[in-house]
Amino acid sequence: MLFQGAHLNNSLKPRLWNIPISALSSERVLKRWQGSGLGFVFVLNIVGAIGLAMYKFLLQRLVQGVLVMLVVAFVAFAIFHFLGDPVNNMVGESATDADREMVRLQLGLDEPIVVQYIKFVGNILQGDFGISYRTRTSVIEQMAARLPATIELSLVSGFFSILFGIPMGIYCALQPKSWLTRNFLVGSLVGISIPTFLSGLLLIYLFSVTLGWLPSQGRGGLISFGWWDTSLLTLKGWSYILMPALTLCIYQLTLITRMVRAEMLEVIRTDYIKFARARGLSNYIVQYRHALKNSLVPVVTIIGLQLGTVVAFSIITETVFNWPGLGQMFIQSIEFVDIPVMSAYLIFVGAFFVVLNLIVDLIYALVDPRLRAA
Amino acid sequence: MSLIEIKNLSVCYPSRRGVFKALQNVSLKVEAGEIHGLVGESGAGKSTIGSAIMGLLEHPGEISAGEINFCGQSIGALSDNALQQLRGSSIGMIFQDPLTSLNPLMSVGEQLIETICYHLKLSKSAAKDRALALFKEVEIPEPEVRIDQYPHQFSGGMRQRVVIALALCSEPKLLIADEPTTALDVSVQAQILDLIKRLVKKHQLGVILVTHDMGVIAQTTDKVTVLFRGKVVESGATGQLLAAPQHRYTQSLLSAVPRSDKKMSRFCQVSWIEGSQPLDNRAFAKDWQGENNLNLGSQVPMLEVKNLSLSFKAKASIFAKTPAPTKAVDDVSFSVNYGEVFGIVGESGSGKSPIPRLIPRLYNPDSGSICYRGESVVGKLPKQQLQSFRRRCQMIFQDPYSSINPRMRVRDIIAEPILLYGLNDRKGAYQRVDKLLDYLGLERAAALKYPHEFSGGQRQRISIARALATEPSLLICDEPTSALDVSIQAQILNILKDLQSELGLTMIFISHDLPVIRQMCDKVAVMKAGKIVELTESETLFTAAQHAYSQSLLRLMPNMHR
Repeated sequence: MLFQGAHLNNSLKPRLWNIPISALSSERVLKRWQGSGLGFVFVLNIVGAIGLAMYKFLLQRLVQGVLVMLVVAFVAFAIFHFLGDPVNNMVGESATDADREMVRLQLGLDEPIVVQYIKFVGNILQGDFGISYRTRTSVIEQMAARLPATIELSLVSGFFSILFGIPMGIYCALQPKSWLTRNFLVGSLVGISIPTFLSGLLLIYLFSVTLGWLPSQGRGGLISFGWWDTSLLTLKGWSYILMPALTLCIYQLTLITRMVRAEMLEVIRTDYIKFARARGLSNYIVQYRHALKNSLVPVVTIIGLQLGTVVAFSIITETVFNWPGLGQMFIQSIEFVDIPVMSAYLIFVGAFFVVLNLIVDLIYALVDPRLRAA
Repeated sequence: MSLIEIKNLSVCYPSRRGVFKALQNVSLKVEAGEIHGLVGESGAGKSTIGSAIMGLLEHPGEISAGEINFCGQSIGALSDNALQQLRGSSIGMIFQDPLTSLNPLMSVGEQLIETICYHLKLSKSAAKDRALALFKEVEIPEPEVRIDQYPHQFSGGMRQRVVIALALCSEPKLLIADEPTTALDVSVQAQILDLIKRLVKKHQLGVILVTHDMGVIAQTTDKVTVLFRGKVVESGATGQLLAAPQHRYTQSLLSAVPRSDKKMSRFCQVSWIEGSQPLDNRAFAKDWQGENNLNLGSQVPMLEVKNLSLSFKAKASIFAKTPAPTKAVDDVSFSVNYGEVFGIVGESGSGKSPIPRLIPRLYNPDSGSICYRGESVVGKLPKQQLQSFRRRCQMIFQDPYSSINPRMRVRDIIAEPILLYGLNDRKGAYQRVDKLLDYLGLERAAALKYPHEFSGGQRQRISIARALATEPSLLICDEPTSALDVSIQAQILNILKDLQSELGLTMIFISHDLPVIRQMCDKVAVMKAGKIVELTESETLFTAAQHAYSQSLLRLMPNMHR
């Protein structure tokens, strides 16, 4: 959708659009995809599998999510309203009392708090988060400019940690005595123990200072689709994102490895795995079709929540690598007591968690039939 | 040629502290069309035989000597691959707990089709046809609908049928059934055993039936082998062996099984295994400060329950219409007199389990009254009154493993209620703990140990000691022996009987085991679907049951003295 949108309204696009299309899909692939109606069948499957009870469950979750967001918005509003005097921040030092009073009226600060809160929520719903004290530009624009950097960083690091974490976890569970398993486990202990800023600095020292392979700071090799700048389509872009993403993924990676291992070891001991073996099914079927799927159910939750933490707390990594994302923006806004930006960030993180939780619930229901019925 | 012949099989588990010999010199033969029972108490190695045949011994177990011949072919000589082919295709296995034997994330059909495709190399649709045929064979109603359902949509008995269908996927010649009905209700157990018997006749299956239940052995098997600590003590045709056991262990094991045909004053204990000294406790009874013996002639019953109801409601939802609440206990009334043992019997879901939690007010009833010594204990009570009632009314739970805090010393476990109710100071409490330990036949040294150092039977004694610590007058026993071996069960039940006669305790005894009920109880209530269907003197129930449901329960009860 994002790509299609870009396709329509970006004049830069045609040249760039050609790169992935030619790289990705020969016509044969496209045809097979359309011919089999795979995408359509997949959508149908989801709808069929969920069932009515699930819709109710999801609707309930949605309502809960809205309530959570209202509370988060109230906290943001409270920061806005009670942390220092907004008028002082808006007017200069030489302003007279009459000027202040006028600004106060303009901002609607004379109205009752409830009315102000409702207006605040209404503004947020229209995408109006106010004006940054520091840059004097609209907060939403500032965030939109930085959002792609953070989202891409988190997705790449999440992708790495899943790509390596799950196979490593499986290996550790299936080959508990091998030397590689021991190395993985010791390594994961180190990974969990070293704080992010340290591992980031170590990576910079190794790859930028000593070897000179990767750039140590910032974000480059950008290609833009509308307001979205991506660094994932050029080699140069990847050279910039690689180190911060690795730094950010170390903790997730170790966590996922250990989770998968623990869950898998537990599932392998269950009766239904014993029974599957007693039916003479091959090791491959027992381990991957029966054991793995069951072990991944709880792991999905952790991955979902961790992705939220990655986005929310990429602050340190972004600072270390001077990555122009939301985390960096947040740190800067704290330094300048830029309250509109802070409260907008708060709302963004809250919304992100709520959406992730909803997705996790949905995946849960798709995987586990016991939930679908409930 | 026998279907399977085991010769001098020994299995050992080497460990850092030496080698544990799970099986020693075990030999047995099973012919096609024969059900061979393996019986013994926990730790006898009966399940190990099944695992050894399947090549599924858990690490680090290994076959140290002997051989297993299946259809004349030595299993030990097979490669891992060939053994895996043999599993499922020629030898099927079913496990004890049908609730955990199936993959919860796959529909039963998927699991069946997967197994059929794997072994018989059929196409998916042919495999589905075969799966449907198997469902019909194991008598699952509406196979076309049921096949697409998930395990959680089946009841326990139906799940065990699915498990049997899975084990029969590729027409094995030998079926190893490891306690196939232990987790099931007696009526479902009878159906499953019938099914196995029919399948044996039809397909000329050989079955190795592992069980601890003498009744099941008596009614199902053709031959039986008795195991004790990894060794075969006796083997022979079932009828002959049960009628005239030769070995002392078999004799004492059989005598420890509670009899359903007549009431005896005490249980015979398996003296051959553990010397359990008789309890000598007159002194203890004198020390008992309870008021139990005072009211023996009283007109008011000790506990009177009237029109008790409890329903479990589904959680309220703002969207869905809340489903109708399940009536767990429905208009139940009974009374328990001083010094009486009142039994409650029923199958799972009959509502017998909420009652022991309702009486001490762990659950609050929806309606109805509970009177203890003529005083109501339902509704809002002053805290003090509730405390003093709870002190007089103590519980013994089913599972001795999870009902004791593993991080506390035995001394503190037993002393805790004494201190809680402020009956004594710590020193006095510990003295009382010592007396209780003496009384229950545990050494005083046990006081300083932790629960994991004790066996199941010893743990149950600890929980009895804990229940007695506050000098209760009403003891509620919720299936106190169903997790225990038959010899241990006999010991525990004897202890309870002694308690009852020496201390004049009143007991409510909940069980699904009819022979145990007959041995223990004076009065019995039979429950079904939350209601009491029959309430009578226990001897009357066993000689002349009135209600059809009680009669069917009695009929289905596996019985070795028949």
